[in-house]
Amino acid sequence: MDRPAIQLAVEDLHLSFGGVNALMGVGFDVRQGEIFSIIGPNGAGKTSMLNCISGRYHPQKGKISFEGQEITSKPPAARAQIGISRTFQNIALFKGMTVLDNMLIGRHIHLKSGFLKGGIYLGPCQREEIEHRAFVEDIIDFLEIEHIRKKVVGTLAYGLQKRVELARALALDPKLILLDEPMAGMNLEETEDMVRYVLDINQEWGVTVILVEHDMGVVMDISDRVVVLDFGQKIGEGTPEEVQKDPAVIRAYLGDEESVFLGR
Amino acid sequence: MSVNYCGDFKQSYKDDMRVMQTPFIRICIFSFIVFLYAFPFLASTYVVSTVNVIGIAVIGALGINIVTGFTGQISLGQGAFLGVGAFACSYFMREWGIPFWVAMPMAGVFTAAVGMVFGIPSLRLKGLYLAIATLAAQFILEYLFLHMDMFTGGSNGVYFPSPEAGPVVFDTDQSMYYLIITVAIMAVVFATNLFRSKDGRAFVAVRDHYLSAEIMGIHLFRYRLLSFAVSSFYVGIAGSLWGAYTQYITPEHFTIHESINYLAMIIIGGLGSVLGSIYGAVFMTLLPQVLTVITSWAAHVLPSVGDLIMSIKEGIFGLIVILFLVFEPDGMAHRWSLIKAYWKLYPFSY
Repeated sequence: MDRPAIQLAVEDLHLSFGGVNALMGVGFDVRQGEIFSIIGPNGAGKTSMLNCISGRYHPQKGKISFEGQEITSKPPAARAQIGISRTFQNIALFKGMTVLDNMLIGRHIHLKSGFLKGGIYLGPCQREEIEHRAFVEDIIDFLEIEHIRKKVVGTLAYGLQKRVELARALALDPKLILLDEPMAGMNLEETEDMVRYVLDINQEWGVTVILVEHDMGVVMDISDRVVVLDFGQKIGEGTPEEVQKDPAVIRAYLGDEESVFLGR
Repeated sequence: MSVNYCGDFKQSYKDDMRVMQTPFIRICIFSFIVFLYAFPFLASTYVVSTVNVIGIAVIGALGINIVTGFTGQISLGQGAFLGVGAFACSYFMREWGIPFWVAMPMAGVFTAAVGMVFGIPSLRLKGLYLAIATLAAQFILEYLFLHMDMFTGGSNGVYFPSPEAGPVVFDTDQSMYYLIITVAIMAVVFATNLFRSKDGRAFVAVRDHYLSAEIMGIHLFRYRLLSFAVSSFYVGIAGSLWGAYTQYITPEHFTIHESINYLAMIIIGGLGSVLGSIYGAVFMTLLPQVLTVITSWAAHVLPSVGDLIMSIKEGIFGLIVILFLVFEPDGMAHRWSLIKAYWKLYPFSY
């Protein structure tokens, strides 16, 4: 079988905060167009891993490359430019702005009119704004948030805020999207909706997804491949079936064998 | 074929993105502008001079709101930046013989450059720490105003040549009114547009959540500095107009008191709101004047306590400001939007 090209390669990543080692020699490859999950118990280093990829943390050692280009020392803004986008575990929206404005921030790297053109607005800037508004409206349509598009984000319910955050990340038109616990704190219906969106983003839009999630049912159902972290080390990698059978993973993460996959 | 809609429906994104959403609002605003231009014919010179001060305050308040209200960086150097604009514009006109129309934008750019220099700490400092750093800007600049005699005339100050356009000299309240009001309208329009386009949105994003702003591809330091630059440009323009209006400028006007006054304007008017800057500027300029009228009237009616009332005027001023902060911490702009929302649904509350 023809395997798609490697899009993101993480090699031997070391990250520590003072004496605490968050990541110790973690490495994996993410292939074009797959849903790749990172799982592990609390404090395993999953979010640290995402932060290294999105550029919020800079690892002490190791290499991250995206589409053949090394990005280890690039600032976060530069990574957005090359098509990496993410959502946060704790919602990190711009609370004082409307849903539309939040999403238009996602278009920031694609907009060209600076403050001079912006202040004059008429002409090229207006054309550009309308064009990008249309792009954003497609995402609004897709995520079914039409009714709140002009609401200030801070006033919305939690589940909707999560969805708006996904919308903002999508507005960037990313090649790779990092989702940090997109289903956390959601009820069953919202979780199911979110799973559908993630699958659609992946299959219809062709965006590679890296997913950090605690809901094992979701992870095992939709992932192409899974990597398991524990205390900053990689203890397993493979398809969901392989990971489920891996004794090291079961010991570290999932408890005893019987109660393992009885989740949702 | 004409269709009557039972609501306010938009059929294109262009319509939906308008600042003035309905014809009613458009008519209101345009008639207000017409009224503004007819105003000097209707009002006394004293009232016109008050509106002149308000107009300058609107530009200055917009300036500080851009950096503090929209980008979330408290600036206490506002008063000094006003001075930089005024002294620079005066210097360009006196020494280099540049006409006001060129000198004013030049002074704006110069103030923007100075603002950017003092905005550099924003790379590392946030919140109160940045406020202290900008406070240092205030004192450094005040010191320079007093001691760089060849630019600022030291403590004596310098005169400010009146702007001229052919035969017209802008040296009266009425003529300055047209200059100030025109620039103020341009400033308001520019700011409104700025915040519905790329860079203005980025400012607000930096304020609301700088970490995720960075993840979305916003270069933090660049936008923090840019907000200082745009803000200081506005303040420089306001300073130039102030100089042209008073015709004589001394360092005494550009003190920390002025900085605090402007900060109070935008807090009362509404942080992060263009309209709020206008309300705040109007409120903070009119309040002392209204209080003067009331206290002098009270002193006339009740001579026995009149002196007392006169002397607590400043106290009343402070009290009103504090009451405002307690009961309307989001500013007048927020209150206004609540009132609008109420009347939109009246008489049904939902």
